[in-house]
Amino acid sequence: MVMLVIKRCGFMIFTMIVVSLILFMLLETDLTGDPAARVLGQFSNAEQRELWREQHGYNQPLMLRYAKWLGNFATGDLGESIRFKGPVADVMLPRLWNTAILGFWTFAVMIPLSLILGVLSGMKEGSKLDRSISVFGILTTSVPEFASAVIFSSLLVFGLQWLPGTSSMAGGFEFKQLILPALVLIVYDFGYVARMTRASMAEVMTSQYIRTAVLKGLPYKSVIVKHALRNALIAPFTVIMLQINWLLSGVIVVEFFFAYKGFGALILEASLNNDIALLEACAMVAVCVAVTTQTIADIGYTFLNPRIRFS
Amino acid sequence: MNDNLEPVLVCKDLCISYYTRAGEIPAVVDFSLTVKPGETIGIVGESGCGKSTVAMAVMQYMGANGGIKSGSITFKGRDLTQLSEDELRRIRGAEISMIYQEPFASLNPSLKIKTQLMEVPLAHEDISKDEARQRSVQMLADVKLPDPERIMESYPHQLSGGQQQRVVIAMGLLSKPSLLLLDEPTTALDVTVEAGIVKLVADISKKFGTSQIYISHNLGLILETCDRVFVMYSGEVVEEGTINSLFTWPRHPYTHGLFSCIPLPTADKNAAPLKPIRGQLPLPFDRPQGCYYHPRCDHFKPDVCDVDHFKMEYVENSAADDHRVRCLRYKEIDHRQDTSDVEVKESLKLGKRVLNVDGMKKYYEVRDNSLKAIISGKRIRYVKANEELNFTARESETVAIVGESGCGKSTFAKVLMGLETGTEGEVRHKGKDISEIAVRDRSDKQISSLQMVFQNPFDTLNPSHSIGAQISRVIKKFGVETDKNKIFDRVMRLLDTVKLPRDFYFRKPRQLSGGQKQRVGIARAFAGNPSMVIADEPVSALDVSVAAAVTELLMDIQREHKTTLLFISHDLSVVRYLSDRIVVMYLGHILERGTTEEIFSPPYHPYTEALLSAVPIADPEVTKREIVLEGNLPSAMKPPKGCPFCTRCHRKIGDICDNEPPQNQAVSERHIIKCHIPLATLSEVAPVINVPDESERIHTQQ
Repeated sequence: MVMLVIKRCGFMIFTMIVVSLILFMLLETDLTGDPAARVLGQFSNAEQRELWREQHGYNQPLMLRYAKWLGNFATGDLGESIRFKGPVADVMLPRLWNTAILGFWTFAVMIPLSLILGVLSGMKEGSKLDRSISVFGILTTSVPEFASAVIFSSLLVFGLQWLPGTSSMAGGFEFKQLILPALVLIVYDFGYVARMTRASMAEVMTSQYIRTAVLKGLPYKSVIVKHALRNALIAPFTVIMLQINWLLSGVIVVEFFFAYKGFGALILEASLNNDIALLEACAMVAVCVAVTTQTIADIGYTFLNPRIRFS
Repeated sequence: MNDNLEPVLVCKDLCISYYTRAGEIPAVVDFSLTVKPGETIGIVGESGCGKSTVAMAVMQYMGANGGIKSGSITFKGRDLTQLSEDELRRIRGAEISMIYQEPFASLNPSLKIKTQLMEVPLAHEDISKDEARQRSVQMLADVKLPDPERIMESYPHQLSGGQQQRVVIAMGLLSKPSLLLLDEPTTALDVTVEAGIVKLVADISKKFGTSQIYISHNLGLILETCDRVFVMYSGEVVEEGTINSLFTWPRHPYTHGLFSCIPLPTADKNAAPLKPIRGQLPLPFDRPQGCYYHPRCDHFKPDVCDVDHFKMEYVENSAADDHRVRCLRYKEIDHRQDTSDVEVKESLKLGKRVLNVDGMKKYYEVRDNSLKAIISGKRIRYVKANEELNFTARESETVAIVGESGCGKSTFAKVLMGLETGTEGEVRHKGKDISEIAVRDRSDKQISSLQMVFQNPFDTLNPSHSIGAQISRVIKKFGVETDKNKIFDRVMRLLDTVKLPRDFYFRKPRQLSGGQKQRVGIARAFAGNPSMVIADEPVSALDVSVAAAVTELLMDIQREHKTTLLFISHDLSVVRYLSDRIVVMYLGHILERGTTEEIFSPPYHPYTEALLSAVPIADPEVTKREIVLEGNLPSAMKPPKGCPFCTRCHRKIGDICDNEPPQNQAVSERHIIKCHIPLATLSEVAPVINVPDESERIHTQQ
């Protein structure tokens, strides 16, 4: 078990180094165009670019630059953002925090909801409840976020006038403004997780050990809670962990729509403005989160499944 | 039995149907059964005859689309079909419990054994956790599991198949039920493990007074465990009676047919060939008019058997008074008569040596990735799958390799086929060493002359190609024929050889039954005129009557083509029947080899002796000495230092067995025993299987 954790962590660091190398090659070398030209704009002349390169150490050998770059990252020196005229960390951290809040509330509602509905519908495959949940799940998942954002806005903002239309939090944090973006995300992602849970639960319910449990004379509740749930949650667990990555950097549409100052929107802004330092930092954070959640998923998986833990 | 006691279970005129989109499928029709306290009832029949459906109906666990159409199931005076879900729950597990075919699948993989055991008494009785725990440990000891405390803390996957099945049995017995249903409890287990479980099951009914319903397709097992037996065919009981009366003089032609399909311990392939039942089991919605068995019956009489469906009848003048049969003509049929017309086949002349295995070894490398192994530097360990194999096979000869799973018999087949390469030694096929040539480096001729028939016919055919295409591809690949018409002709002839209708050429595998698929598998293997065919448990996945037909077919083709047949099996009765010589393997070693007669009579290797004792024999007059092996097969990673069999041997003579590997002792030129016990001592051992000389019945059957 200890070996597994060490192995997974080692693998995690290795992945991050490989990704950082790719990132460095793409953004900091001539491979995809002159970085100086990218920063100074296409109207800068050769002299200016040379000066910039000299100032920012771009004339040093490649390996040395990479080592320095990596060292800066490791010590928390993320560089200066051109777009926001300030240290990258100062720009990025509040955005990351905002996304974390949005993600937390989305998760807090979406995961219990989809697990409960998924298990309920998988328990009796083909029942009316199962069919209603399945159809509802497919429906919500197949409506894209921008469409459901428009629908919810017209309903809750313009129709009923219950909620504010933007979530820019201009006057400080307000929970009310969080509801709409979270709602859109929950509705979109719910169907996916619920259907995964349903499939897994339905499979477990047809297995022979459930038959054994029923024929042992256990109460139905105990069959479900003690015997079925744990086995049924193994497969959705990985999927749920994947949703964290999606919430961090994949919800650009929703953040933009509601003018929510989140992390996804920041990445978009950084890339549109050639803000290399910011882009690198954001990318590294996203990779870091992705690799960490997958490692947690792997380790958690072995906890749920004793067959892997003791083999 | 206890005649004056209330019966435990009474099924009366039971009809069970499944309702599907295609309509109603009557799975069981007109089933009646009475189980008295302490009695063991056997239900025997081929797959699809409805025997498991009966068990599930008793449990009232029929799924959403199954239902009891008419009749009643009365358990201790209460009609189970009328009970509510909650009342049923109180009976399930507490008064009726069930043991299943696949122990591994029926245990929850993510819960410890203790959780799964303790919840049974906790759900049914008002007792403390400590008491439940204590009782579980006690029950594990009762089912003869060593170290119950350790088992309690284990997960199912950490136990062997036999241990798992013992746990399931313990689980079933925990709340002292009055009825135990066993649905093929040993089918997924090895013979020696099976023997242990069978003994346990028999002891249970004595010790706890539990009534049992034992469902199996294996007549021999039924004989060893049951008091009374019900033979089912196509959803109905065709014959019932006590073990003695039914096994000695079966009345129904189907029962008799079943017996003719299994080789008896005295039979061999030339003197008394098996007589398979022709045709197939009718589908439930396609049952014929009159007697369901009449299209396959040798005693069919038009206008008698195919008119009305009839009820069970008591057999007149039977030794036991409750022998019943569902046949109008049972009085007229004399089964002694129809054994005389069996054609006696000439035994084959053996030709020159085709296969010569000399000191073949196969080791697998296993990398150990644990922290300890990395630190100590011992990362590579060896699984010794085959150790110093020596034997030969001649043209037209059938050599059987027997042993439990994990003994290395399949590894040997893989080396022979070139799917693996040998580590050391030689395997000479027609003079050429092939042990180190992988299959992709072999010439077409080498490949085609060495073919294989696989165990599971259901997975070996490509589901998206027609039968014809799959066979002709082999012919084309091996360059037997190149012309399109000639290939087609050859496929047709092959279909004739394996006795399949010619229009099967255009069929897809899903349209075939298991036996038909295995025939295609045989046709495919023989397409390239092989000089040697390896058959890896070719009939173990098939029903008795189908297995008999496939076995006979294999024999006939071998006779015709003078093929060398290497028959890998764990079923000694089949091996006894068809092989000329036998190689007994254990943990990668050959412990004994010799001709069939030599293997089946003393001197035996102690392991051979145990194997012979484990074979269930479907004949009440044949007696066996009981030898039950304790413990599990040791891991091939850590084999015992001395004799590989020393950990389980019942004739261990001392430290020499533990510490020194035994030498081969030659009884005769080709009969070798690898054991420390002197041959003189081994020769004094009495035969395991005893066939009475005076039995009129056994001898007329030959």
